[in-house]
Amino acid sequence: MQKFKTIKSIPAYLPIVNIDTDMIIPKQFLKTIKRTGLGKNLFYEMRYNEKGEPIEDFILNTSPFNNSEILIAGKNFGCGSSREHAPWALLDFGITCVVSSSYADIFYNNCFKNGILPIVLPEAKIKELSEYSKRKEEIIVNLEEQKITFGNNEIDFEIDQFKKKCLLEGLDDIALSLEKNPKITEFEKKLSSNRPWIFND
Amino acid sequence: MPKTLYDKIWDDHLVHAQEDGTSLLYVDRHLVHEVTSPQAFEGLRNSNRKVRKPNLTLAVADHNVPTSDRSKGISDEESKLQVETLEKNCEEFGIKLFGMDDKRQGIVHIIGPEQGFTQPGSIIVCGDSHTATHGAFGSLAFGIGTSEVEHVLATQTLVQKKSKNFRIKVDGKLSIGVTSKDVILQIIGKIGTAGGTGYVIEYAGSLISSLSVEQRMTICNMTIEGGARAGLIEPDQKIFDYLKGRPMAPKKENWDKALDYWSKLKSDNDASFDKEVTLDGKDIMPMVTWGTSPQDVISIDGRIPNPDNEADEDRKNSIERSLKYMGLKPGTAIKDVKIDKVFIGSCTNGRIEDLRDAAKIIKNKKIAQHVYAMVVPGSGLVKQQAEQEGLDKVFKESGFDWREPGCSMCLAMNADKLKPEERCASTSNRNFEGRQGRGGRTHLVSPGMAAAAAISGSLDDVRKYQN
Repeated sequence: MQKFKTIKSIPAYLPIVNIDTDMIIPKQFLKTIKRTGLGKNLFYEMRYNEKGEPIEDFILNTSPFNNSEILIAGKNFGCGSSREHAPWALLDFGITCVVSSSYADIFYNNCFKNGILPIVLPEAKIKELSEYSKRKEEIIVNLEEQKITFGNNEIDFEIDQFKKKCLLEGLDDIALSLEKNPKITEFEKKLSSNRPWIFND
Repeated sequence: MPKTLYDKIWDDHLVHAQEDGTSLLYVDRHLVHEVTSPQAFEGLRNSNRKVRKPNLTLAVADHNVPTSDRSKGISDEESKLQVETLEKNCEEFGIKLFGMDDKRQGIVHIIGPEQGFTQPGSIIVCGDSHTATHGAFGSLAFGIGTSEVEHVLATQTLVQKKSKNFRIKVDGKLSIGVTSKDVILQIIGKIGTAGGTGYVIEYAGSLISSLSVEQRMTICNMTIEGGARAGLIEPDQKIFDYLKGRPMAPKKENWDKALDYWSKLKSDNDASFDKEVTLDGKDIMPMVTWGTSPQDVISIDGRIPNPDNEADEDRKNSIERSLKYMGLKPGTAIKDVKIDKVFIGSCTNGRIEDLRDAAKIIKNKKIAQHVYAMVVPGSGLVKQQAEQEGLDKVFKESGFDWREPGCSMCLAMNADKLKPEERCASTSNRNFEGRQGRGGRTHLVSPGMAAAAAISGSLDDVRKYQN
């Protein structure tokens, strides 16, 4: 996983609540057996018409937002299906940070597995930040300091410290869990005597 | 300290409480399907890792499979590749797979319970948000992403942060024509699609315990539509009777040991919940969604809401957007909304009792001339059972198409989909924009309501057809 670096980018603002993972990446693109290549299909049905031509006024089709690394969106972002294709598509498009007032649980977890930082901010701060999208001005997201800088202002954000560490260091959490192998083995021994039916033995 | 059922299952699966507040939990059962697993297996291969416990994993292809004649294979090249990739991966890593021609093939959340793979008190995961279904058995079951699928395959554990406890109590009785689908739709309408975020929901109360095992699955299935991590119900004798003798259920002395353990799985009387909501069965009507979120729900007697009556700006915009997409006008009686298609199936309502409910309504009736209606049984075994009961004939005689099992038009990944602006009464779980096909308009309903809509050609009240 790529280490998360400080981002300086003009944010794209999608003022829609409950953006679900079907909107982020529709089902026809889930047939892939790869993690990459989904960026062109991100927000497909909002971004392209029925002939597959780009819809000109959709924000991610317009400059400079076609190069945005930060997406600001309405509450409950990423609800619906567990498809990790949603963060894969965002990442492949170039978005490594999402800002919303709330996220659906599975999507939120999936972001961290892919080097994407989902920031939670109160609605009022979201509105403030979205002005920078409208004005096409850059904002800076610094994870190390847990700070968003815009103009002469700063906003602090909260983040789980373990998740922060994994993002900053690009850690593989499977390797981390495998370090606990003796504990897993010990648990399995207990399990085979306490709940023997689990192993179908 | 008094504990909830969720607390107890959590504690019994705790491998290691980590310094950062997360926990490593043991996973008892892992279900795998073709869409969310290829990248996980590829990850294992790239890092030279094995599947830690192949016999705790069960795989099936469901999302991409055709529901028409299977003898010709899959014509869509990408779908075919994905299904074949699952077959290869299962063979390479030693995982049991129900292939496309196996009569046990079906939707992953239907076959788990059907085979007795789903068991009370266990932690069950799958790369699919509707894994919540299995909570009906008193298990902690939730959907995970592909990276987590890989994590479970490699370690048989997951890193989790504990959720808060939320109890939804439903007392009383269901009125005639009202089903557990209506109960869960009403709950989601009440708490909202993010109402459960950060929680695990326990469904309790006399109405919940009066439900059959399959009806309970419908409730737990749609927990994710309320945003919760998982939904569960205390297991009881109905659950134990359902599981006894199933192919993968515990046998002989293990059955006795399991039963002893399962019987103790309940929240302590004085356990405290962080949030509680109560509903009364007598207030629950046949429900139908009008918008593009499962929380956009009204009773069949209701009218389409008016965005101008909304004070909240976000909500107002969201209703306007939904109505535009759905092609509906504020104030319209929902019963006046004409439909083009009917879909009966999915992990929400694709089980035998669902098919019986719908068949009872359409028996000796014809579907409206302009309607195309289909039934997609949840599994090969559900299909077989239905055919033994003659339900296929009832459906076919009324004009329904009788299909092969799979996820089908619930998410329209295979050839079954809505055309732009086509309107569908559907027993599935999501009415998102484009969910059943680009531009398609979905109204979520119970199987009986779907059958009633097929006959009337408009959304209709199933109670009209009850004897």
